[in-house]
Amino acid sequence: MSSRPVSSGQLPGEPNHARRFTTIWLIATLIALPLVIFVLGPELPPGNASQQAAGKVTDNTVLLAMATPVLLLVTIYLIYAVIAFRQPAGGALEGPAVRGDSRIQTAWIVITSALVLSLAAYGTVRLEADNGAGSGNGPKPLTVPSGPKLPVQVIAQQWAFTYRYPTYGGVETTHLYLPDNETIELHVTSIDVIHSFWAYQLGVKADANPDVDNVAFVKPTKLGAFDVRCAELCGIWHGYMYDKGHVVTPSEFATWIAQQQKQMAPATKVLPPYSTTYLPEPTRRAE
Amino acid sequence: MSTTAAAASAPQPTGRPLWRRLIGFNLLTAVILGVAGYYVGALIGHTIDGGKSFEYQAATDEYDLALLLGYFGGVVGFLIGLGFANYPISRMLGRPASLREKEEQGIGRYFGLCTDHKVVGIQYLVGIGVFFFVGGLNAMLIRTELLHPVPTFVGPNQYLSIVGMHGTMMMGMMTSGILGPFANYFVPIMIGARRMAFPRIEALTFWLLMAAGFILTSTIFFGGFPTGWTGYAPLNNEAVMGMDSYICFFALVGLSMALLGLNMMATIITMRAPGLTWSRLPIFVWSVFATSVLMVLAAPMLVATLLMAALDRTINTSFFIAGGGGSSYLFENLFWFFGHPEVYILALPGFGIVLELLPVFTRKPLWGYRLAVSGMLGVSLMSFFVWQHHLFVSGINADLRPFYMLSTEIISIPTGFIFMCVMGTLWKARTSFTVPMMFVLAWTFNFLIGGLSGVFLSDTPSDTDTHGSFFVMAHFHYTIMGGLIFAFFAGIYYWVPKMLGLRLNEKLGKVHFWLMFVAFNSTFMPLFALGMEGMPRRVSTYSPALQTLNVWVSISAFVLGLSMLIFLYNVVYSLIFVRKAATANPWNSKAMEWQVPTPVPVNNFEQIPVFDSDPYDYGIPISVGAGQPAAAGA
Repeated sequence: MSSRPVSSGQLPGEPNHARRFTTIWLIATLIALPLVIFVLGPELPPGNASQQAAGKVTDNTVLLAMATPVLLLVTIYLIYAVIAFRQPAGGALEGPAVRGDSRIQTAWIVITSALVLSLAAYGTVRLEADNGAGSGNGPKPLTVPSGPKLPVQVIAQQWAFTYRYPTYGGVETTHLYLPDNETIELHVTSIDVIHSFWAYQLGVKADANPDVDNVAFVKPTKLGAFDVRCAELCGIWHGYMYDKGHVVTPSEFATWIAQQQKQMAPATKVLPPYSTTYLPEPTRRAE
Repeated sequence: MSTTAAAASAPQPTGRPLWRRLIGFNLLTAVILGVAGYYVGALIGHTIDGGKSFEYQAATDEYDLALLLGYFGGVVGFLIGLGFANYPISRMLGRPASLREKEEQGIGRYFGLCTDHKVVGIQYLVGIGVFFFVGGLNAMLIRTELLHPVPTFVGPNQYLSIVGMHGTMMMGMMTSGILGPFANYFVPIMIGARRMAFPRIEALTFWLLMAAGFILTSTIFFGGFPTGWTGYAPLNNEAVMGMDSYICFFALVGLSMALLGLNMMATIITMRAPGLTWSRLPIFVWSVFATSVLMVLAAPMLVATLLMAALDRTINTSFFIAGGGGSSYLFENLFWFFGHPEVYILALPGFGIVLELLPVFTRKPLWGYRLAVSGMLGVSLMSFFVWQHHLFVSGINADLRPFYMLSTEIISIPTGFIFMCVMGTLWKARTSFTVPMMFVLAWTFNFLIGGLSGVFLSDTPSDTDTHGSFFVMAHFHYTIMGGLIFAFFAGIYYWVPKMLGLRLNEKLGKVHFWLMFVAFNSTFMPLFALGMEGMPRRVSTYSPALQTLNVWVSISAFVLGLSMLIFLYNVVYSLIFVRKAATANPWNSKAMEWQVPTPVPVNNFEQIPVFDSDPYDYGIPISVGAGQPAAAGA
C-alpha cells in the first residue's frame, strides 16, 4: 500500500510544502500556547471560590494547552491545503497516486495514543487527588479528604433545594450557608425525580437521584455568594430552580446555624429523622 | 451473485383513470386504515382502563393505555393499508407472491409501498427532509424564546415541549438521515447488486419512520412531554400523555433502525458482485456497515427500555420507580447504552461520505484506506464501552469513573484515524472547490471542534462543570449538525444529480454553503462560552448578564435558518423550474454509481459488473525509487 513519502515527490521550483507547513504550525503554536496558558488560563471557569474550583481551572488550562496544538495543526493544515493544492480554474489535473505512508500513519497512531493515554492518566490522578473534584462520587467515594468535615444534606424536590445540617440537630432550611475554609461533605439526594445540584462558583455538581446518597466534597476558600442551579431537567419549573448560597466566616456560620436551630425547632420536631436518603412516596399519577 | 432477473419484466403503463387508481393499497388507504386502527386500539385500551369518558381519563391522566394501544392499532392499520400484509397473506394461502410493488411506474410509486431501493432512497430523502425542517423550526422557536432572560414568547410547558420535540425529532429521524436516502439508493449500486437483500423490509423501515414522525408530531395534541430527548425516569412517569407519543415514536424508530441495519449488513455481506473483496469496498459502504452493526446491537436496547417505561406508565410496574423497588439509574444506564452508540450511528455515515467524496474532488486515491476502515470499526466497537461518561456526576459507582474516562478518551484514537486520512488525501491534491467539497472541508473543521470539546467532557473533573450546560449542547451540535448535517448536504449536492437526473444550481449552493458555515459557527461557538459561564441546558430563564451573548446566538441561528431556506429555494428553483439535466458523471468520478446511466435503470445493471479495484484509482503513479516523479501534477 505505502509508497515513497510524499514530501520527496516534488517538482523542481515547487516549495518544500512539508517544511513550510511545519514552520507555520510551530510558530503559531509557540505564539498561541503562552497566550492560552498565561492569559486565557486564569480566566477559565469555575474560578477560585473553592479548592476544587481552583483545581479545575488548572485542569481546564492543561486540557486547553494540549488541545491547542492539535486545533492549530488541523486548522492550519486545512487552510494551507486549500491555498496550496488547488485545481487550476478549468483544469483537469490529477494528483499524485499516493495511497498512504506507513511511517506517517504509525507516527500518527503513536502520538495520538500517547496524548490520549496521558490525558486519561492526568484526569484520573486529578480526580482522585481532589476527592472527586467537586463531582458527585456516589454513596462510597474512592478517596475521602482527611480531617474534620461538616456534613450538609442537599434535598432536591420539584422545584427547590432544601438543606439539612445533621450535626446541628438535623435542622432543615431553605438557605445554604457554608463556613469558609472548612471541608464540606455534601450528601445530595432527591425525593421525587432526578435533579442535579450545581454550585457554579464552587465547582460542585452532583445529581440528586431518589433513594441515592450522592456524596461530594468541597472546601470553600472565598467569602461571598454563589449560584445554585438545577442542572438536570426535572419538569416544567426546572428553569426556575435556582437560588443563592453563601460562604461566610466560621463565627458568622455558628451564629446563623444557632438562629436557624431556634427558629426552625417546631418544624424540625415533625421532620422524619435524619437519613442519607428518604424514600419518595409511591408516585400517584391518578387521583 | 444476485439473480433477480425474474423481477425484470417490462414495466406496464397503467391506463386506469385516477379514481380507480386511488382504490387499492396506497397512502390514502393507509391513512384511512391508520385512523380506523387508532380508534380500535384506543377503544380497547379505554375499555381495559375502566371505560370512563375521555374527558375524565384525560383530566386524571389515565388515558395512557388507550393512547399507546391506539398508536399501535394506527401503525398496524397504516401498514396494512400500504399493502405490507399482502405478501405474507398470499404466501400463507399458498398463492404465488405478488411482485407488483416493483413493476409499477410513474409518480404513484413514491406514495406507497415500493420495493425498488432507488424509490425508497428518494422517499427517505423527501420524508426525512420534511421532518428535518420541522425539527429546525422548533430550534428557531427555542432561539426566539431565548432572546429574553425571562419567558416572554411561550410558557415553560410549551418551551420544554418544543425543546423535547426538537431534540427527539433530530435524534430520531436523522439517525437514518444518511443511511436512509443515500445508503438505500447507492449501496446496492456500489456493490454491484440489483436490489437490497430484503426489499420489503427496506420499504417497511421507511414507512415505520414516517408513522413514527407523525406520532411524535401528534404529541402537541396530548400536552407535549417535559423530558427532552433523553426521557429520563421517573420524570417520564409523572408526565402527561404526550409522553406516550415520545415512547411510541422512539420505539418505532428503534425498530426501523434495527431492521435497516440488519438489511444493510445482509446486503453488504452476501450480495457483493464478483471481485468486490472487502479491501475493494467503497469506504462509504464500510461506514454503512459499521453503522449497521451499531444499529442492530443498540436499537433493540432502546425498544426494550421504552417498553419498560410504557409498562411503568400504564400498568404501574416500577422498573424505574425508587419507591416501588426500581431505580432511576436503570433507565439512565439502559438509555445511554443505546444513546451513546446512537451518536456514533449519527457520526459514522458522515465519516463515510467525507472519505468517499475526497478522492473525487482531490483527484487522488483515498490516503490510508485500511486506516480509515479500522478507524470506523474501532469507533463502532468502542462506542459500546463509553456510555457511563454521561453519568459522571450522577453518583454511579466511583470505581468505574477512571475506566470510563479512559475508554472515552481512547475512542478519540480511531476518530483521529479519519482525520489522518482526510489530511493525507488533501496533501498535494488537485482540489476543486465544488459545493460538495466545500461541505466536506467544513465537516473537517466542525468535527475537529466537536472532537476537541469532547476532551473536556471526557475528563471527569472538567466534566463536573460542563455537564448539563450549554457547553455539552455546543459540543454535540458540532458533532451532529457540524458533522452529520454538513455531510448530509455534501451527499445531497453530490448525489442528487444521479438520483434525480437534475442539477442543483451551483451558485445558490455556494451561497447556501457560506451562509450555513458562517452562521453555524457563529451560533454554536458562543454556546461553549455560555456553558462555561454557567448556563444550563433546557431552561427558558437565565442570568440577565448572559443576554447579549444569547441575542447574538439567536440572531445567528435565524441566519442559519435562512440558509436552509436558500437551500429550499435552490431545490424548488433547480428541480422544479429550471430542470437542467445532469450528465451521467458530472464529477468525473470513478465510483460504480456514476458508471450506470442516469436515470438508473430499474434493475441497475444489464449485467452484474466484475470489480478489479477499489473506486479510488485516481492520480498519476509515482515511480518508486526515481528522484523525479513522473510529472506529479504537471
